[in-house]
Amino acid sequence: MRSRKTIFEESREGRRAYTLPSLDVPAASPDAVLPPGLIRREAPELPEVSEPDIARHFVNLSVLNHHVDRDLYPLGSCTMKYNPKVGEDVANLRGFSELHPLLPEGLVQGALRLTYELGRTLCEITGMDDVTMVPAAGAHGELTGMLLVRAYHEDRGSRRTKVLIPDSSHGTNPASVEIAGYEAVEIRSDSRGRIDADSLKSHLSEDVAAIMVTNPNTLGLFETEICKIAGLVHDAGGLVYMDGANMNALLGISRPGDFGIDIAHLNLHKTFSTPHGGGGPGSGPLVVKEELTPYLPVPVVGREGDTYRFVYDTPKSIGRIHTFYGNFSVLIKAYCYVLMCGAHGLREAAESAIINANYLLSKLRDGFMVPYDGVCKHEFVLSGKDKLKAGVRTADIAKRLMDYGFHPPTVYFPLIVEEALMIEPTETESRETLDRFAEALGRINAEIEADPEKVKGAPYSTPVRRVDEAMAARKIDVAE
Amino acid sequence: MVYIPRTEQEKTEMLRVIGVKTFDDLLADVPEDLRLERELDLPPPLSEFEAKTALRNLASMSLDPDEWTCFLGGGAYDHYIPSIVDHISSRSEFYTAYTPYQPEVSQGTLQSIFEFQSLITRLTGMDISNASLYDGGTAIAEAVLMANAVNGRKHVIVSGCINPLRLAVLEAYLGSSGFKISVTGREGGATDPEEVRSLAGEDTCCVVLENPNFFGVVENGKPIGDIAQTSGALFIVSVDPISLGLLKPPSEYGADVVVGEGQSLGNSLSFGGACLGFIATRSQHIRRLPGRIVGRTVDADGNRCFCLTLQTREQHIRRERATSNICTNQALLALRATVYLCWLGKHGIAEVANLCLSKTVYAHRQLLDAGFSPRFTGPFFKEFTIKMPVDAATVVERLAGQRIAPGIPLGRFYENETETLLIAFTEKRTKAEIDELVLALKNAAGKGRGGS
Ligand SMILES: Cc1ncc(COP(=O)(O)O)c(C=O)c1O
Repeated sequence: MRSRKTIFEESREGRRAYTLPSLDVPAASPDAVLPPGLIRREAPELPEVSEPDIARHFVNLSVLNHHVDRDLYPLGSCTMKYNPKVGEDVANLRGFSELHPLLPEGLVQGALRLTYELGRTLCEITGMDDVTMVPAAGAHGELTGMLLVRAYHEDRGSRRTKVLIPDSSHGTNPASVEIAGYEAVEIRSDSRGRIDADSLKSHLSEDVAAIMVTNPNTLGLFETEICKIAGLVHDAGGLVYMDGANMNALLGISRPGDFGIDIAHLNLHKTFSTPHGGGGPGSGPLVVKEELTPYLPVPVVGREGDTYRFVYDTPKSIGRIHTFYGNFSVLIKAYCYVLMCGAHGLREAAESAIINANYLLSKLRDGFMVPYDGVCKHEFVLSGKDKLKAGVRTADIAKRLMDYGFHPPTVYFPLIVEEALMIEPTETESRETLDRFAEALGRINAEIEADPEKVKGAPYSTPVRRVDEAMAARKIDVAE
Repeated sequence: MVYIPRTEQEKTEMLRVIGVKTFDDLLADVPEDLRLERELDLPPPLSEFEAKTALRNLASMSLDPDEWTCFLGGGAYDHYIPSIVDHISSRSEFYTAYTPYQPEVSQGTLQSIFEFQSLITRLTGMDISNASLYDGGTAIAEAVLMANAVNGRKHVIVSGCINPLRLAVLEAYLGSSGFKISVTGREGGATDPEEVRSLAGEDTCCVVLENPNFFGVVENGKPIGDIAQTSGALFIVSVDPISLGLLKPPSEYGADVVVGEGQSLGNSLSFGGACLGFIATRSQHIRRLPGRIVGRTVDADGNRCFCLTLQTREQHIRRERATSNICTNQALLALRATVYLCWLGKHGIAEVANLCLSKTVYAHRQLLDAGFSPRFTGPFFKEFTIKMPVDAATVVERLAGQRIAPGIPLGRFYENETETLLIAFTEKRTKAEIDELVLALKNAAGKGRGGS
């Protein structure tokens, strides 16, 4: 395939796409109104292109992407479910999209009410008491949560320094803990891929501010001893944080608030069907038990009768974690989703996600190692370790899947599984799609036996062949 | 549920293939006492039509954008968004994909991020940029954490003229990690280099300036950058990207890190989110940069292509030693900014900046002619402060009847600024709207003097 031009290479002097409103006031010359030393003398080298050039360029780029509307995107831990189109339409309603964030509260009642009601809905879904809708993504929720943990302990005059994190956790967990000024202490998963309550005891002390669990965990397994774990941590004076990225498995089935969780973040861009946007925006609301309410970031949305308002007079708050109120446009889509699902639809989503994952697991069990076998929840993790003897790595399997038209699963995560393939089909995939995917993996398995070189050279049919990522890190070229 | 392509019969068959009798068998690992025995207490499900109606009703509970004229800025701006931006960003190839972990099937996203990074470096004059951060406030916080990673110091000097909301974000981010934050005064409406000099020392990690600052004043960055450099601190400048069509890029007055809010680049106001944080810096700091970075490389056939690079900085590899915890960022907004900046091009960015300047200068003159006085006197770009003879929040209320949102009353941020109104003008504001604003303010202020 010929290399694609960058938009800068397409630039031709004198072309333009913009039209701007006419100047209906006297022209102000920058030199007349600004000190000369503050004025830009050379125009920034932005491309000079026409609107048709732009349309062609970006449409031709777009078709190089794999995406959910095209085919299965079983990226474990990311819940790449279908994004209802109506969500896009309602988020574009001008009564939302054209609201300035600093308008008087009386003029933004609709936005406040939506934020409030979605928050209450998330509390009901999770069994928690209170919520902040501000965090812009899961990791932002984690950081906010850790700041709440700190504020909670400091308010009680206690200086704890450590947060316990299972070794199967997502990388954002320890990174968030660190920014909040805590030391991340890794705890080992047991042979069942879970936290062992008895061995947890040895880690508990007056230094432990919290434990950060993920439930279901990143192996797609429910933490069976979660109540006991929470009890032990609470007895030691610590708090229990839950990374709720995997909440898609629990909707209407089990609630964090009922199994001892004090704080949890949700990923609206996973569980609540809002699109991932090629990497964002997401939204990571944080739900808490009432003991944590005083520390929530400002502003919290409150309600008095039929009036909604921002509440700032919370003296123990951790402060502000986003310039405004988070990714409001994402909240609109999530709100629309829960309105259309209702209680029944949410439960059905979780059930179907679990059925799809177990169905696919049962079809793949024969061809792949399953390091932690049993029923899974919304996702499961295979290991490609046994393929190494043929010289084939998990990365090769992932690349070969592209030739069959699929996006690969998450690979090499969680870290505790060698050559991991983490597969999350989601509930919006049909049985035929799952069958096709299982069949593709079966064929790749046969290829590994018969012709491993073929697998190692994959992909062949993608817009570009295998990408040299090592070279990108060696010869850094990040801007033109 | 309509988004689930599965019939009851298929469910039964799938359960059979799995080897269980009922769905509940798949919950074997969920202790029975933790299973919710009732339905969630939520309103009954709505059809798409009903849901749309419900959301339309909510949208109509706020002001009607067709009827109101809005002069609010303060970090979020009502610039024109060309149609092409919505059309490109609403392609499901872009918006239903995720982080481009697998470059062979993500070249569309990767190349557009590479172009975004390039555009940001060209605007700011810096060498490198990342793929985006959450917003302009967290971008400042990330820049400070980055500066600390570079020089290990913990004293942060922040201009008191930066957006107070962003300052609050910075304080929340740094609050727990032993940083000392010194905020300079804001009395003159611009940052006093002498005050920065008196605070700066060998322990200074960085100096944070915003330009134009929160009051709309264009700061003279050079002397402040020089002070930062002398004390070995990093100079962080937060910018309004539109202003760079007209104002000197921070690279020319000593910036080490340039951050900002990219909402104004083709992204809707949306009640303050989703926003678009960006961060750009010098090449030597690339390993300290937070978040995703896209690099150019080749594929197995030697063809030029793109991939995420230097991922060893990031949380999924480096975990607690990562440069940041960010994972999901604001990619779709970065795409929109990319399309928008291509649409404007080299000349359009200058033209839009000049339009803003002309409208703002005109409005300023009209207000002064009408008897108002400026709160601060420094040079301005698209926003300025005016002193009202009465409480500015009252003025805002009085103008509601005329469907004018005249600006941001600064009393909500500073106790001694209750009479100050911050007013912004984009290229969308017409002369007629500005004249109407001036007249309305005059009337509202006049009422105040009359003792209402
Ligand atoms: C288990 C888990 N935790 C946390 C995160 C971080 O969420 P976000 O990417 O929204 O910041 C992710 C997402 O990628 C995840 O899979």
